[in-house]
Amino acid sequence: MSTQTGRRLRRLEPAAIGGVMSRELANFRTYWRGTTFSSVLEPIVYLLAFGLGLSATLVDEVNGVPYVQFVGTGMVATAVIFSSALPAMFGTFVKHRFQNTYDAILAAPVDVEELVSAEMLWIGLRASVYGCVPLLVTIGFGLDPAWGMLLVPIFCLFTALGFAGFGIAMAAIVAKIDQFNYVTALFVTPLFLVSGAFFPIDELPEGFQILAQLNPLHQLVELVRGGAFGYEAVDLLRVAGLIGFAFLMWRIAVNRLSARLID
Amino acid sequence: MAAIELRGAVKRFGPITAVDGLDIEVPEGICLGLLGPNGAGKSTTMRLLTGQAIADSGELRVLGHDLPGDAKAARAEMGVVPQLDNLDVDVTVEDNLAVYARLYRVRDVGAAVDRALDLARLRGRRRDAVDKLSGGMRRRLLLARGLIHDPKLILLDEPTVGLDPQIRTELWTLIDDLRSHGTTILMSTHYIEEAERLADEVAVMDKGKIIARATPAELIAAHAGTHTAEIYGPPERLTEVRAIAEEQGLPVRPAGPAIAIVGSERAGNGGIPEDAVIRAASLEDVFVLLTGAEAE
Repeated sequence: MSTQTGRRLRRLEPAAIGGVMSRELANFRTYWRGTTFSSVLEPIVYLLAFGLGLSATLVDEVNGVPYVQFVGTGMVATAVIFSSALPAMFGTFVKHRFQNTYDAILAAPVDVEELVSAEMLWIGLRASVYGCVPLLVTIGFGLDPAWGMLLVPIFCLFTALGFAGFGIAMAAIVAKIDQFNYVTALFVTPLFLVSGAFFPIDELPEGFQILAQLNPLHQLVELVRGGAFGYEAVDLLRVAGLIGFAFLMWRIAVNRLSARLID
Repeated sequence: MAAIELRGAVKRFGPITAVDGLDIEVPEGICLGLLGPNGAGKSTTMRLLTGQAIADSGELRVLGHDLPGDAKAARAEMGVVPQLDNLDVDVTVEDNLAVYARLYRVRDVGAAVDRALDLARLRGRRRDAVDKLSGGMRRRLLLARGLIHDPKLILLDEPTVGLDPQIRTELWTLIDDLRSHGTTILMSTHYIEEAERLADEVAVMDKGKIIARATPAELIAAHAGTHTAEIYGPPERLTEVRAIAEEQGLPVRPAGPAIAIVGSERAGNGGIPEDAVIRAASLEDVFVLLTGAEAE
């Protein structure tokens, strides 16, 4: 026997998580060009349209920051949610209901908790790389590089882990793929519009401001701007909030997908 | 120690009892065919064995591991070949195998992949994406993937369902090779011929229970007899012939357009019409008599 038997198998084994991630990596190698192309082109188009169009006619700067740099740093958050929540929703649904991939993985010595953790980690790592692209593009548009920016991938990772967990849980909850329309309209779009990426939250009515504080994407936007323009003490609380969000979504995703996959 | 031991296993889905007090023991080294009509509970039984379904009651043990608590350890030592092709179609043949070698914690992934490629006879196609393969190649790959860690026990869930006859025969040869090397196999099927050819013993499953179990020859002798007479004709005539046979105490079953009088050697004078086609009794006769389902 070439397997490691005799030893009792534990929870959250790195071998199981690594194995599931290696499956994602093998698939990613077949489609990375398209994903990377769009994730680089998108912020460029946005910055050209918003930055050059809007700042030439309506807004010049926000809180002393040139509008192009304001939007560019904010777009890190939109890149993160669109490369985490949506792939988690659609990817999980397709692998579970259409391709029966999870049936094969769970017939191996892998449990649902390991499966969910691996999928979240994979999406989280990928989104933390793609999340940095708008920041690099904005540097190309004139933003000064700062040491604080080196922490941005870590903030992106925590946020993306949370939204990956959210997407996996949603994929386990919905009955049909069309119901993702509700999820997008009710959660994804509002979260991304009221994140402070495109306009400052402090202009909004007070109720919205309180809600925005509960929006993980808003916390990420503030942290990225902290990285570019200087951190504040409150940023530590924001990081703690993102870690809490990721943990909560992880547990919900494990719980919901277990209910779906184990009869 | 038996490879699989189930005692009084029950699995309900709401009002439906899919597995209803199931007892099965599979000794090491045999191929047990789990034969039953659609909906008999075969797939649920397979899922109970991998811990993908949790029994409501009963004792379940696989390779000495109690389920569901030690299901993960049991899964590490068994191979599963699913009914549906769930290969990663854009990924190469060798990467499909390598991923599962890692999931099964195989130490030497490269060697395991090479061995599986030989088994599936796909060495020359290792760098091709799966969607470039023919249907038969994909099936062989699916089988080889389930054997990547050289398991002691293999679960085959309807291994040839929906395949054309040529591919089916090819897979039967592969499965027969495994059996002759001493691997324990539990194979669910609703194809009589598959069970007849591959299984050392057949367990007939219906409504969540095993209703008969023996070697194919013993089952035929016990439940069918030696010969079966098939009679073709218009429905009125078949009704007449059936009535006469049943009067003599012989079981009669539908056989497509015909009826089959099972155990025709026991018929008295005039029980079997002269134009009847007499053939050796088959496992199909047993299956239809026991489950009431038309065989495929």
